[in-house]
Amino acid sequence: MNCRSEVLEVSVEGRQVDEAMLALVHTILLHRSTGKFHYKKEGTYSIGTVGTQDIDCDFIDFSFVRVSSDELDRVIRKAVGEFKDLCCALQDAMGNGTDGMGQISLEFYQKKKSRWPFSDECIPWEVWSIKVNVVNLANEQERQICREKVGEKLGEKVINIVEVINRHEYLPKMPTQSEVDNVFDTSLKDVQPYLYKITFQITDTLGTSVSTTMRRLIKDTLAL
Amino acid sequence: MDSDLSPQDKKDLDKFIKFFALKTVQVIVQARLGEKICTRSSSSPTGSDWFNLAIKDIPEVTHEAKKALAGQLPGIGRSMCVEISLKTSEGDSMELETWCLEMNEKCDKDIKVSYTVYNRLSLLLKSLLAITRVTPAYKLSRKQGHDYVILYRIYFGEVQLTGLGEGFQTVRVGVVGTPVGTITLSCAYRTNLAFMSTRQFERTAPIMGIIIDHFVERPFGNMGHMHPCNYRAPAEEEGGYTGVEDSQEVCTTSFSTSPPSQVRTPPNLVFNFYIRLLKKRKYGPFPLQVTTASLDLPFAAFAPRAYDIEENDPMVSQQIICHFKSPATSSPLQGSLHSQGSGESGVPAQDDFVMVDFKPAFSKDDLLPMDLGTFYREFQNPPQLASLTIDVSSQSMAEDLDSLPEKLAVYEKNIDEFDAFVDTLQ
Repeated sequence: MNCRSEVLEVSVEGRQVDEAMLALVHTILLHRSTGKFHYKKEGTYSIGTVGTQDIDCDFIDFSFVRVSSDELDRVIRKAVGEFKDLCCALQDAMGNGTDGMGQISLEFYQKKKSRWPFSDECIPWEVWSIKVNVVNLANEQERQICREKVGEKLGEKVINIVEVINRHEYLPKMPTQSEVDNVFDTSLKDVQPYLYKITFQITDTLGTSVSTTMRRLIKDTLAL
Repeated sequence: MDSDLSPQDKKDLDKFIKFFALKTVQVIVQARLGEKICTRSSSSPTGSDWFNLAIKDIPEVTHEAKKALAGQLPGIGRSMCVEISLKTSEGDSMELETWCLEMNEKCDKDIKVSYTVYNRLSLLLKSLLAITRVTPAYKLSRKQGHDYVILYRIYFGEVQLTGLGEGFQTVRVGVVGTPVGTITLSCAYRTNLAFMSTRQFERTAPIMGIIIDHFVERPFGNMGHMHPCNYRAPAEEEGGYTGVEDSQEVCTTSFSTSPPSQVRTPPNLVFNFYIRLLKKRKYGPFPLQVTTASLDLPFAAFAPRAYDIEENDPMVSQQIICHFKSPATSSPLQGSLHSQGSGESGVPAQDDFVMVDFKPAFSKDDLLPMDLGTFYREFQNPPQLASLTIDVSSQSMAEDLDSLPEKLAVYEKNIDEFDAFVDTLQ
């Protein structure tokens, strides 16, 4: 089975990174979460109910829908917050006026049990890569234009996401009770997203990753 | 086709399609109520949440949907459509979007009805939730109230898109294959709202004068048969929303506004307070932006200025711009020269003008010795320009031509003066 890979790209101002990422990640998770499974005898199960919530962005002219789960929201906000902090740290390190680029990846995977001594394999079946280009804006006028433009762009990305989801391509089979933790994240109380992980990397404007830049800086310093 | 489907599967599929149609209508209408929607997740299934999604049912909406369906189901050639339109306080209305639930002939015989179709319909509803927040009408619906309301209409049968104007865009929400056909859900939305704003500007008679909405209680007094309805999310244990009696339901409460017929102004010079500005955007809708004053001098904006500031000025969302606008010309000074209009209409009927002693939010009394109302009255009745008291039409063409050489001679004599004047302008 091949892993499905989708790439989304947005350009935002520094203070919009959080909300833009939340909007897109939550839109994807809305479609990749179900209600909690309740297994009964004879291998049948019932599914809980997923509630939804409208969220208005403060720095972008945009609203999005997320799953009503504060637990899930906390986890996503924490990840997105770390991503944003890294983006800002890079911008500060490189100096004002530098644009930065980062990528946040939302990967849905299945666990495959392996025999001892090997650990379980994580097999991704869908990866969403959201490339973020962080721009610096000079004045309030540009920021206002940016608010609207980013809102429009995010709307287009939501349409892209929905288009991909509705192709109804591979989804893991509904698992038995013993296998449910290999397919779904059952740690939350109210909803059950497919197993996922969020990773990110930051690059500077030259496209090199932060670690490469830091290495170069240190080398240059030592060479002096 | 149907013979391949077991009776139980057929029954289930019909039920799924019926409830999917009803839930689709609920999602669309609720997304246009103008409020943020919030429903709770529940780990214990209640058995009444179709498609495992918490979507509340507004009884009136369900009633309208069932009335439109009249016992039928969406099928091939029989589409269910939800039309969203906008109606202004002046009575103008315009279709904004049409959501279509259709079925085509492409069948998926192998698909499992009770499992796969059901789950995919659930996914499609989630996509609908996401897409309803992205089309232009969402932002309009969130800002409805003073100037306009959002209405919906459900109909069954053939899709009608002509009301959306030229250049409408379509977004596909998704498709679900079933053994009897493929269900498709899409939205066609208007992009061209230009005629709406032009029409508003072409009106010479009643354009809003001073907005005194905080004194007026009855919204949309001239709405006739339509009634606003006030949907409030009930407490968890309550059911039901307040009812709406009319066939064309208003999705949300309208607040006060001053009906435009209260104020009559001379058609050549119109004094507009824009609480919200209309601005063209690439996909059409006229986003209404709340504005607040940020001018140092309260009437600095009365100086002639370009009329496309709304389009170029991104700060427009933070300014109340009060300016004089002539319907036919682009500058108030020019407007005053074409004063035939004022001759016809004369002094605006003082009786129609509701004078209220109040302090507008941005006026500063210390800068001007008079209050806004006095200024307004004086401004509305300016003295005639001396040059216009000459009855130009009585002069014949021949006399005009005769007087030309004289005038030219005078101008040539004073050419130095004119040159000096031009230099001062540069």
